[in-house]
Amino acid sequence: MTLLNEPVLSVKGLTKGFTLHLHGGVQLPVVENAAFDLFAGECVVLGGPSGAGKSSILKMIYGNYLTGAGEIRMRHDGAMIDLASANTRTILAVRRRTMGYVSQFLRVIPRVATLDIVTEPALAAGLSSEEGRARAASILTLLNLPERLWSLPPSTFSGGEQQRVNIARGFAGNHSLLILDEPTASLDAVNRNAVLTLIEQRKAQGAAFLGIFHDQEMRERVADRIVDVSAFAPCVREAA
Amino acid sequence: MTVPLLTAGGLTKRYGGINACAHISFTLDEGEVLAIVGESGSGKSTLLNILAGRMTPDAGDVRYRMRDGVVRNLADLGEAERRLLMRTDWGFVHQDASHGLRMNVSAGGNIGERLMAIGDRNYGDIRLSAADWLTRVEIDTDRMDHKPTTYSGGMRQRLQIARNLVTSPRLVFMDEPTGGLDVSVQARLLDLIRGLVADMGLAVVLVTHDLAVARLLSHRILVMKQGHVIETGLTDRVLDDPQAPYTQLLVSSVLAA
Repeated sequence: MTLLNEPVLSVKGLTKGFTLHLHGGVQLPVVENAAFDLFAGECVVLGGPSGAGKSSILKMIYGNYLTGAGEIRMRHDGAMIDLASANTRTILAVRRRTMGYVSQFLRVIPRVATLDIVTEPALAAGLSSEEGRARAASILTLLNLPERLWSLPPSTFSGGEQQRVNIARGFAGNHSLLILDEPTASLDAVNRNAVLTLIEQRKAQGAAFLGIFHDQEMRERVADRIVDVSAFAPCVREAA
Repeated sequence: MTVPLLTAGGLTKRYGGINACAHISFTLDEGEVLAIVGESGSGKSTLLNILAGRMTPDAGDVRYRMRDGVVRNLADLGEAERRLLMRTDWGFVHQDASHGLRMNVSAGGNIGERLMAIGDRNYGDIRLSAADWLTRVEIDTDRMDHKPTTYSGGMRQRLQIARNLVTSPRLVFMDEPTGGLDVSVQARLLDLIRGLVADMGLAVVLVTHDLAVARLLSHRILVMKQGHVIETGLTDRVLDDPQAPYTQLLVSSVLAA
């Protein structure tokens, strides 16, 4: 039972800077020595002003930003592994089975029906075709996306509808850790509540969440803890 | 660790003192999609042709894990073995479909030929497989007896894909498969390729200069310039956070649609 007291994600010394080779090699430090833990069944929200490096931290953890220094230890298939030094195949396996990402925008895949887009992560997680479609359908229903839209590709949907497809896709897998990058930015109150319900359900099942929410009301309702990243932001500290 | 499907070791090729490929090494696993990107003249097509056994490197070798599990050096294969590999376990999708099809043979014949090459003789079965594959690539089976010369560019490309996949290969090489097609036709073809690759668990080496195509289809990316691999890694990492000056230039030069 000691496992429950171990974090599912433990970040230490996380540091990131950009070198802009097209602009005379300017160095842009964005994150310095970030450190925090995330436990099963909790939702941690990164706080701090715009430009403090919240998104960069999420992207380093998901692996679409290269980590400059530090470690990102994550529980994957029963063991702790360091994602900062993991090879691409390990990262892809982690994304299939352990860590999901819900971004602000749906990257539309042309011609693929909404229900298939949402079912895909469930199939990648090993569910059967029927189980996957049933799960996708239940999430889309919870998010109030009308069933007549399910067979259509979302490219012509409204911004809010696309965002709900995106959220449904993010929640359709069996990920034990979900990264939320402003997932509710373009949603109305009813649908924001639906997303909260989804998060609460998955937390009760032991999933952990790490997110960014600019809307303060949403942040306070969803967060078990807020980690202020200003402390890890080189630029903000200099300005202060 | 499982043995990689394909291993490239130190591949080098020069044309008249110019490096088309310089010491290129990587591995490819089963079911993995690798995109090779770079501008014209970066050596990406040369690399693809060496990997696919269509060109001999000056140095280095390509090793492939055959269906029986034995890893073989391509250079050591006899001509008959090499040809069998190319028309069963491998596919090659050319940018210009007329290079990958027999233009004066019917569509059904183009697909059936790959099956006959591996010993299928039953005309009825071959015709059924051909019809099934035409349907899978969204070509009306009414067009089965027509020659590809009567097909549009997008249809020819889909027919070429069907011809390659009918033998259930494990590895497919693709050279700018959507190049030269109208944008609407490209989207349909990309979606089709994406679906087939996932369903069949294909490994793919894809050469493209289109970063959006690489993002949509590939797991990993290899950026080439003047015969050298400049940067390699997870596709969205290389495109979202490029490290090398050349990759930053390449990514920032793309017009956002």
